[in-house]
This record gives sequence, structure tokens and C-alpha cells, in this order.
Amino acid sequence: MTAIQPQLTPQAIWAVLDTVPDPEIPVVSVTDMGMVRDVQIGEDGAVTVTFTPTFSGCPALHVIRESIGQAVRDLGASAVEVKSTLTPPWTTDWIKEDARERLRQYGIAPPAPAEDGLIQLQADATRCPRCASFDVRMTGSFGPTLCKRLYVCDACKEPFEGFKSV
Amino acid sequence: MTAPALILSDVQQAALIRKLTALADDEIILAQRGGEWTGHAPILEEDIALANIAQDELGHAGMYLELRRALDGTDADALAFTRSADEFTSSRFVELPKGDWAFTMLRQYLYDAYEALWLDAARKSTYEPLAEVANKAFREERFHLQHTALWVERLALGTPESMKRTQDALNALWPYVGQLWQPVEGEDGLIEAGLLPDLNAVKTRWEGLIVPHLTIQCGLILPPGGAAQPGRDTHTEYLAPLLDEMQSVYRAHPDTPYW
Repeated sequence: MTAIQPQLTPQAIWAVLDTVPDPEIPVVSVTDMGMVRDVQIGEDGAVTVTFTPTFSGCPALHVIRESIGQAVRDLGASAVEVKSTLTPPWTTDWIKEDARERLRQYGIAPPAPAEDGLIQLQADATRCPRCASFDVRMTGSFGPTLCKRLYVCDACKEPFEGFKSV
Repeated sequence: MTAPALILSDVQQAALIRKLTALADDEIILAQRGGEWTGHAPILEEDIALANIAQDELGHAGMYLELRRALDGTDADALAFTRSADEFTSSRFVELPKGDWAFTMLRQYLYDAYEALWLDAARKSTYEPLAEVANKAFREERFHLQHTALWVERLALGTPESMKRTQDALNALWPYVGQLWQPVEGEDGLIEAGLLPDLNAVKTRWEGLIVPHLTIQCGLILPPGGAAQPGRDTHTEYLAPLLDEMQSVYRAHPDTPYW
């Protein structure tokens, strides 16, 4: 039986996961995004990390899973299991406040508060991350990744990406 | 994913497997049709949008097939990439060739409205793993519907040419769309048990959403519908060539890791 590494505490694991970037948006980590839901350490030192996918078809999911596993192994865990859960479903409301500011500085409009599931044919209002104007136009309702849309600001004339509110 | 909270009878399990597979098959085939536009869409943003939508639909298919795997152990990739046209249970509606842009957007719109409303109802499924998947997929599907609804409006209210093409697309698609509402064998039992949404109730909501939008808002004329629909074992001539292309890489290199 492997001795439990002294540094292997839930706090240490959460801290190391804070450094695992989202592969598609490297200014935020997997914990900033609210993707990590739970960390458990078994008696034998095996670690179970439960995470929830942002979008079901996100092509970065297996990269994220491997990065989480690697980060925890690097802390000295004897075994790591990265489990997926769909409940509760991920929402952009879980993106941390300071991460929203980093997103904005990176040029991505942070998401508006998520609506609870109404089916409507119109989108939410979005603010330009550069000049804070609401005078923006969506130029593409789908962006370079599943979680983003494309906009142009008519006030400062800059194009930008915006997070979908999910 | 949590374990199923209720015990399924053999009959229920078989019917649920059929339904999950039918749901996944529609998503896979429609995603493949959407993917055919990659690099060919009228503008770059739409190329990206349709690829996004196709990717989401494949994500949904993956979740449905993961639910099936939990029931009978079958592998999602093997199901998608090794079954022949005879074994697929896609509807003819999604098999039809991609057509022009109006056809593509209108089909996706009709499907998105159907899927969003079905998922909305499936969130209340007594089969917890399905309710979880529906909750997840529903959030994504709303974006598809907003996008394609806007395109249908734009095309219908655009130029005489775009109006004509949208009306032609509606005329061509309407006789097929009814197949989405055809239950699989044993589905009625699952509906009664609360595992699956009541298809008729979902259909009523679907009509209430899209018919006024298409006719009053977009000025399109609804063609006569209501023709009898064949089962999901009846395919168009277009499915086999689509599968030939979609499955060619997997069949040539079945042991290669996907990444």
C-alpha cells in the first residue's frame, strides 16, 4: 500500500486544479470555470475528481480530463480517477467573479446571468468588453468555440467574442 | 452519472434502447449533413455556426449512446461507424440531401424546435439519467433554435428569390417532418410510465410555436401534411451513400485511437 503523500490534501488538490487552464481560453482555469465539482481522497490515497462538461460536444473535454489527471498525479497521487457528471448541468453562473474580469480584459464579454430554460427566439443583451457600450451587434451566434458568439461594437468599432449565457 | 433509480422491465429496457438509438441516429445523420457545409457555407460566420451546431448535435448523440451503453454495454463509436443503412434508425427527414441554404436552415429549424421541446419535456423523465441528459442538451439546443429561426425569417422576408427557395424548401420538407413524431416500438409503454415525454403533447407545442412563425411572421404557405409515415426501418436512397462516406475512415482503420 502506498503511503499517502503529506501534500495530498483536498486543499492542495483544489489549489493545483486552479492552475490547470481551460485549453480553449487559457486566461481562466478549470476551477475558475466551475467545471470541477468535487475532490475526494480515498483511504489508499487514490483521488477522485468529479468534473462537469461545459458543452456536451466540446472537443477539449478529453484534454481537460487528461490535464486534471496529470496535475493531480504530479502532486503524488497513487491513482486518479476523473469522473464526469451532468447534474446539476454546468451554467455560466458558476464562472468566478475575478475570472469574469480576466475574460473581459482578454476581450471576451462575460456571460449575462443565465435564464432558466425559457425557450425564446431572441438573445440576451451584451456589453462591449472594450468600451462597455451596449451598442453592439452580434455578427455570428456561434463563435470559434461552442461557448462563444461573435460581436461587433458600433461604439468603438471593435469586433469581440462574447460568452453565451447558459 | 448516477445509477438508474428505477428498475426497468426487459420490455421497457428494449424499448428505451430503441428510442435512445433513434434519437442518436437522427442527431448523427443531421450532424453529418450539417458538416457537409464546412468550407462551403455562404459566409464564414455561417460556416462556423453550422459546424458548431453539428458538433453540439454529435455531443447529444454521444450522451444518448452513453445512456444506451449503461443499459447494454454497446460502444458508441461502433454503433455510429459500423452499422449499415439497414441497421440505422434515422428518420428520412434528416437523411435528405443537404440541398441549398434555405433547405438546410429550414430543416435545421424544424428539427431544432422539435428537439428543444422534446428535451424540455424529457427533463421531467422519471428515468433520472435521461432527465440529466435532457437538462444538459436543452440548454444548448435553445441557441440552435434562436439561430435557425432568425435565418428562416431572413430568408422568407428577404428577396423574391430567397422567399421562393424557402417556400420550395418547406414544400419539400413538410411531407417528411411528420416522421419525427412517429414513436418507436414500445414507446407508448415508456410514455405511460413517465420515462419518456408524451409525443402528442410535444407535437402540439411544436405546432403552436412554428406554425404561426412560419405563416404569420414569415409569410410562408404551409403545404398540406398529414401523410402516413413509414417506420424508422424505411430509409431514403440517400442514407447508404452518406454512411459510406461517414464511416470510411473508421472502417479502414478500426483499431486506430481517435486522437
